[in-house]
Amino acid sequence: MKKQKAILFDVTLCAGCGECYNACKEANHLPETADDFLKDHLSANTYTVVEEYGDVYTRKMCMHCVDPTCVSVCPVGAMEKTELGPVIYDADKCLGCRYCMQACPHHIPRYEWNKINPKVKKCIMCYERVKNGMQTTCAEACPTGATLFGDRDELIKIAQERLSSDPETYYQKIYGLEEAGGTNVLIISPVPFDQLGFAENLPKEALPTYTAKALEKIPGVVAGGGAFLAAMYWLTKRKNQIAAEEKQNKLNSISGDEK
Amino acid sequence: MKQFIPKITFWRVVATIIVVAGLYSTYLRFTGGLGASTNLSDDFPWGLWIGFDILVGVGLAAGGFTICAITHIFNIEKYKPLTRPAILTAFLGYLLVIFGLMYDLGKPYNIWHAIIYWNPRSVMFEVAWCVMLYTTVLFLEFLPIALEKFRLKKLLSFMKKTGILIMITGVILSTLHQSSLGSLFLIVPQKMYPLWYSGLLPLYFFISAVGAGLTMVIFEAYLSARAFNKGIEADLLSRIGLYSVIVLMLGLIIRLVDFFLTDKIHLLFTINNYTLLFYLEILVGTLVPFGLLIQKRIRENRRWLYASSIMVISGFLLNRLNVSITSITPATGVNYFPSINEISVTLMLVTLGMWAFKIIARNFPVFASEVHYENHQLNFDQKLSESNL
Repeated sequence: MKKQKAILFDVTLCAGCGECYNACKEANHLPETADDFLKDHLSANTYTVVEEYGDVYTRKMCMHCVDPTCVSVCPVGAMEKTELGPVIYDADKCLGCRYCMQACPHHIPRYEWNKINPKVKKCIMCYERVKNGMQTTCAEACPTGATLFGDRDELIKIAQERLSSDPETYYQKIYGLEEAGGTNVLIISPVPFDQLGFAENLPKEALPTYTAKALEKIPGVVAGGGAFLAAMYWLTKRKNQIAAEEKQNKLNSISGDEK
Repeated sequence: MKQFIPKITFWRVVATIIVVAGLYSTYLRFTGGLGASTNLSDDFPWGLWIGFDILVGVGLAAGGFTICAITHIFNIEKYKPLTRPAILTAFLGYLLVIFGLMYDLGKPYNIWHAIIYWNPRSVMFEVAWCVMLYTTVLFLEFLPIALEKFRLKKLLSFMKKTGILIMITGVILSTLHQSSLGSLFLIVPQKMYPLWYSGLLPLYFFISAVGAGLTMVIFEAYLSARAFNKGIEADLLSRIGLYSVIVLMLGLIIRLVDFFLTDKIHLLFTINNYTLLFYLEILVGTLVPFGLLIQKRIRENRRWLYASSIMVISGFLLNRLNVSITSITPATGVNYFPSINEISVTLMLVTLGMWAFKIIARNFPVFASEVHYENHQLNFDQKLSESNL
């Protein structure tokens, strides 16, 4: 297995300049959606945003989960977790059931609501670039190094070093290390993550394990249910037959008596 | 001479208005997309068309497999007169669910992709396959009714021989996807209001569908009796009514025990809109009908039986909307209410379903059938034996 690529975003380093936002728009050929990029939000035409919380800035984008909920729920496998880490989407397979949007724990996928042929839209971690050994366009554009691109295990090491070398500055947690089974976008911050609009109530295990528990019962229901129903059918049928035969015998014996 | 211009009645006028409005909403949906026709958004991607057209539609069609299991697998023959109306309801119900899905899917023309692109980890994938297969099963279960009409005896006797296999397949497929509709929500534990989230959602969905599906049989029998003057034996219906409320009560008890085991009891004493909706759901859907139908005198009264079945169905509807819409509301921070187009399409589907039921029941031996003939035989045999004794 190849090394999983990831993004580390350090809130303390972000200057709120919006270069990542602009680079993302350009790379994905997305139209302009707001006069002030700080007031924009994720949409079918915006894959990443920079948000202002008091005197700090944070980014929002697809977290590229290690075991993505969207990939597990999609009935036709239109969402795919690539070996390199990015979670990508195949619009040709998609039916538009929007279960990915309903299920995403980070509330990321967006929809082209006003199109006749709508697609699900979200950050795909510049998959084409990453496949060719390049870094994501947002990491490349970042002038302060707040957005770093690299191997996931190495970025985790960097984050851990920053947290331990400067405990005064950093809130002691790497967001994405184990949220819903972990993500390929990691965030470190000076403030608790719920203050930056990140979900803090996520379980540690990956969400697909919740449905897996129900799905793995199917073979048992089919086999056990089939055997049970067939047995019930045979038993009750036999019981009815015996009852009918007894009745017949009674009738016969009565008519026999008459003769 | 047949009359070609139908008589104008109140319900016909209402039905026509509903269908015309529904067609206009259909036009908006397929020319402007989901955004132009619904109140759905990135914050609230599933609405009335999933909550009602799919969850309620499939759930209320559960009478089909329940009655089939009773009459054809457990061989409790006396309920046989209920089989055909129940199968017809289920068949039409599933056709409407698929029809409704065409509105809700962003790319309805890709609906067949579930056949070629597989993702066995997805609950939705399992539901898609079960619904496809079960609709086929329902068609096969309905087929003898059509064959009888056209007097295709050879095919009919073949169908009878394979009948039991089809019936068992149908019951298993139904058990799987009725519960899986609940499993759909297992994956959003952090998004749902805890009164409705539970690891047992699949079980709740199955039990409540069996209970409410049975009362649908009562509801329909009453409507059909009014429409066709073909009364179904009141005794059978009142027993079905009793069984359905017992099943529902059992479901409620499991739910309350689960509340206790998962430390959610305090939520029942937290006063807010969610608690109120929860109480409304269990009162209308289970407690009141249970209190009524447990009494012999009341369940043998046609009007009370009918009223109770309407209560159960309303409570069931509320439960499915609570699970799919109400419970998601606090996590999304949006107050979703369906648009006029979502409502009009849903009303149109219900109207079309009732209309199709009426047409088919008029033209095919759904109520009057060989079953009645068999019963006549049985009565005759009994009388014979009695006279002999």
